[in-house]
Amino acid sequence: MLNFVDSVQDAVAGIKDGSTVMIGGFGNAGQPFELIDALLECGATDLTVVNNNAGQGDQGLALLIKEGRVKKMICSFPRQSDSWHFDAKYKAGEIELELVPQGNLAERIRAAGAGIGGFFTPTGYGTMLAEGKETRFLDGKWQVFETPIHADVTLIKALKADGKGNLVYRKTARNFGPIMAAAAKHTIVQVSEIVPTGGLDPENVVTPGIYVNSIVKVAGSAPAAGTNRKVA
Amino acid sequence: MSLTETSLQTSATPLGRDDLARLVAKDIAPGSFVNLGIGQPTLVSNYLTEEQNITLHTENGMLGMGPEAKGDQIDEDLINAGKIPVTELPGASYFHHADSFAIMRGGHLDICVLGAFQVSATGDLANWHTGAPGAIPAVGGAMDLATGAKDVFVMMTLLTREGASKIVESCTYPITGVGCVTRVYTDKGVFLTGSDGVSVRETFGCTLEELQELVPVPLKAAPAAENAT
Repeated sequence: MLNFVDSVQDAVAGIKDGSTVMIGGFGNAGQPFELIDALLECGATDLTVVNNNAGQGDQGLALLIKEGRVKKMICSFPRQSDSWHFDAKYKAGEIELELVPQGNLAERIRAAGAGIGGFFTPTGYGTMLAEGKETRFLDGKWQVFETPIHADVTLIKALKADGKGNLVYRKTARNFGPIMAAAAKHTIVQVSEIVPTGGLDPENVVTPGIYVNSIVKVAGSAPAAGTNRKVA
Repeated sequence: MSLTETSLQTSATPLGRDDLARLVAKDIAPGSFVNLGIGQPTLVSNYLTEEQNITLHTENGMLGMGPEAKGDQIDEDLINAGKIPVTELPGASYFHHADSFAIMRGGHLDICVLGAFQVSATGDLANWHTGAPGAIPAVGGAMDLATGAKDVFVMMTLLTREGASKIVESCTYPITGVGCVTRVYTDKGVFLTGSDGVSVRETFGCTLEELQELVPVPLKAAPAAENAT
């Protein structure tokens, strides 16, 4: 069921304590800042968050971590020059980390959305990130068994939605959006523009509306060239 | 010293980062699809020529990446793997993360160029984690690139600040991939790694014998055919 909601607060209101939440974005590109701010405001806690990184600077996911709402991060690259809130929580033993090679992260998310129960991949074979995992020699290579990552809720940013919930993205802000949209029970999307049904060329739809549950328009959430929000 | 060994020396002095980047760029076959990772290897892009017709891949979902964006070109929706604003070239394409990593993992990339802490005699790569107590591990796409690209080139200084060789018998840092590195470009020479050991394609500012004194694994001169590039 697709809903168009009036505010980011309404969009995230149903997120419960203890949820697994996927958050789109690679660095700041595609990060749904306004939805994350609303999630912080709504007070949900004890969250498991899936994102490529573990927050940057003093905004978005970094603030959610700072406020102690995240019990576990599943990500590939938590350590950055400005990931001080995650660093502090990790060193204090106040946040759990599941570190996943980035391609495994993407493929495990994709697998969840595609109904795949797991897959074998050479990535990580022989490394400490494959310790304890099943391995097989397949197709001429040693491969490691990886399982899907499902979520209760996905928060992503897209450029435009139409009345059917079909989405298009902008440049490298697409990143995890399409696969996270399919991997959660409930997918919430912030867009900068909602066009009438029929307003998107069906050939160019990136995420079909079947994966989308809630859409909220956030004015000015897609930058024009030259309007740089803090780039790390 | 044999003639073969003398002829390996192609520079009177060790190579700086930019000269090394220029050499790597020259060695990339025309028409290749290439990923330059983050950090030092991205310098290679400065020396790729239009005639080479190289397509750059960035793991966050783009083929046809252009040079770093400056001034009004900066767009927060258009960044590279190092989260630095970049530009798009004509013919560029965007795709989601699973597709982007399928490009790596599916063996579609011709070459990736990565930095390293250590490379073993058989081409094991260590470049993601020092393993130091308290260090926060971060892997990103390193394991996917190391495992998936057809050729994995490493760019690094041969020695650590303490003077230890980064080419080692076996890696003491946690590894990124097993037997994946095919070439190592360093300030003191170019090494070819494989199941039959380490050979030296060329040396910079030293002879093969002098290089051997620095590197704790047996080195041999690469066959002449390997010097053709």
